[in-house]
Amino acid sequence: MSAHENSGPARALTPAEWLGRAVTILVLITFALFFVVPLIWLLIAPTKTDRQLLLEMPFAFGDFSTLAANWTSLVTFQGGLIWQWIGNSAFYCGAALVITLLISIPAGYAMALTEFPGRRALLATTLVVMLVPGTALVLPIFLELSAVRLIGNPLAAILPFSFFPFGVYLTYIYFSTAVSRDLLDAARIDGATEFEVFLKIAMPLATPVIALVGFFNFTGNWNNYFLPYVTLPGKKAPIQVGLAELLSNVPAFNPTNAASTTISLSALALATLIAIAPVMIVFLFCQRFLVSGMTAGGTKE
Amino acid sequence: MPPTPPPASRSHRRGSVERAQGRIGLAFVTPYALFLLAFGLLPTLYAIYLAFTKKGAFVGFANFLKVFKDYRFLPAVEHVGIFLVVWLVALVLLVVVLAIMVHSIGMRWLSGTMRFVYYIPGALAGASSVMLWLFVLDPTVSPVAFLLEAMGFDSLVSVVQADRLPFVLAIIAFWTGAGGWIVVMYGALNNIPREVLEAARVDGAGPIRTAWSIQIPLMRKWIAYMVVLSFAGGTQLFVEPRVLAQASRGVVSQDYSLNQLAFLYAFKQSDFNGSAAISLVLLAVALVLSIVFVFKGGLFERA
Repeated sequence: MSAHENSGPARALTPAEWLGRAVTILVLITFALFFVVPLIWLLIAPTKTDRQLLLEMPFAFGDFSTLAANWTSLVTFQGGLIWQWIGNSAFYCGAALVITLLISIPAGYAMALTEFPGRRALLATTLVVMLVPGTALVLPIFLELSAVRLIGNPLAAILPFSFFPFGVYLTYIYFSTAVSRDLLDAARIDGATEFEVFLKIAMPLATPVIALVGFFNFTGNWNNYFLPYVTLPGKKAPIQVGLAELLSNVPAFNPTNAASTTISLSALALATLIAIAPVMIVFLFCQRFLVSGMTAGGTKE
Repeated sequence: MPPTPPPASRSHRRGSVERAQGRIGLAFVTPYALFLLAFGLLPTLYAIYLAFTKKGAFVGFANFLKVFKDYRFLPAVEHVGIFLVVWLVALVLLVVVLAIMVHSIGMRWLSGTMRFVYYIPGALAGASSVMLWLFVLDPTVSPVAFLLEAMGFDSLVSVVQADRLPFVLAIIAFWTGAGGWIVVMYGALNNIPREVLEAARVDGAGPIRTAWSIQIPLMRKWIAYMVVLSFAGGTQLFVEPRVLAQASRGVVSQDYSLNQLAFLYAFKQSDFNGSAAISLVLLAVALVLSIVFVFKGGLFERA
């Protein structure tokens, strides 16, 4: 390549290039609006009454006293049912998170850094199951759990939530790329037992992947609707199922509904906001970190 | 253990280390393997058992024939099929184009902000994203009411009419899922060496030619990954039509998708055998896709 042809970024754009760049930025901003406008609206809606939602500008802020009133009507709905749903979600997802980490991290470590009979078969099975969407197993798991009479028991959510092959695979990838066998061998020569090698050498290096597995497991379970909907009916439901339950008490969407207590549109918007808040907060704070984890799903550099 | 092992016992020691590794390896994967059995293999086997029996007696394909002949089965296949076509075409086209566009802007802060904004809705899934879209699609309260009214809609019910529903479902799915894929594709684009793109530019290739002949071929594996996962996920359609059915005064039916039909078999008709048969068909599709992709897709070749 000759130096003359290397026109740097300071080169003036031709009209065609300028147009191309303008179109690119226009398209990107249009899609940015598509992705973000519904969320901005959701932040504003709970500050309005239903009447204001119908009549006023969509992005005009209501006021805080209306927000407080919506909050009160939501948290008093059926004696604070929404807190029960949130508590259920926190319990199921929290317990599943602990079990998932206790199971997946050692399993991924063993598959990456030890040899045992059946290792390759287990790895191939993990890959295949990881790519099968979780919903494909919901009804079979429901049928199985009802055969062993676990439907309605918190375990009916916690145990399936704790089966997380993607987490095992992420851990496997992490340990086989980021931790060298030589380092572990050095510890072995110093007389460390296999368990000490795992606990004192591998684990301190594994913090990023533990956080990543934990995040994907927790948010996936928090947002899961189908499985708890079939395995945990009634008061045991988590918030995602509860939200859909709230919907049937909103007269605007169900005019024939004869329920004695009703939920206003803006209170439903507030409930949606509360339901997504835990995941949203983690998302906003860990974005950079998550992005690196998502692309780690298939590459081994 | 002697402090300085002689060479002879060194190889002995090596063997014992391998055995110790094998022991801890097995101990470490056993709990996971049990979960794999309990929530992967056993449900599948039990569904197979249920699908081929009735009251414990083997009935061959009778359960399958019964659900295939159900008047609701073919329409559900059609609904899911049309949704898949609309969604996958939109997903591939828009994700690839948007990723290349985001990658092409020189300003780092702008490209970073764009990826971030596109990715945020990924935090919403399940019932909450559909709930939000109920508001967005209802012209009486929607933030984009002017768009809906310009298209001639005056109520939620008119927006979710049957012929438009695949598009509505595709928009919701795109809104929640596309950002993550754009980020993944952006990562794939970043892996293309700068010299390759520079050489193409020197040879006179414009941005479109470069995208078509260099960038897209090099993103192929990732595009295939996205299509396989999205196709398998899309066949499972459940929560979106379910919540829409609840809010649309019956315009969206309770048996719109295959999973809803399987759900109705189990919960309304108490026919676990029929439910298992439908689930098994869906599971088989996902499994075949997954197996083919793992062994032929090229993304996991070193596994």
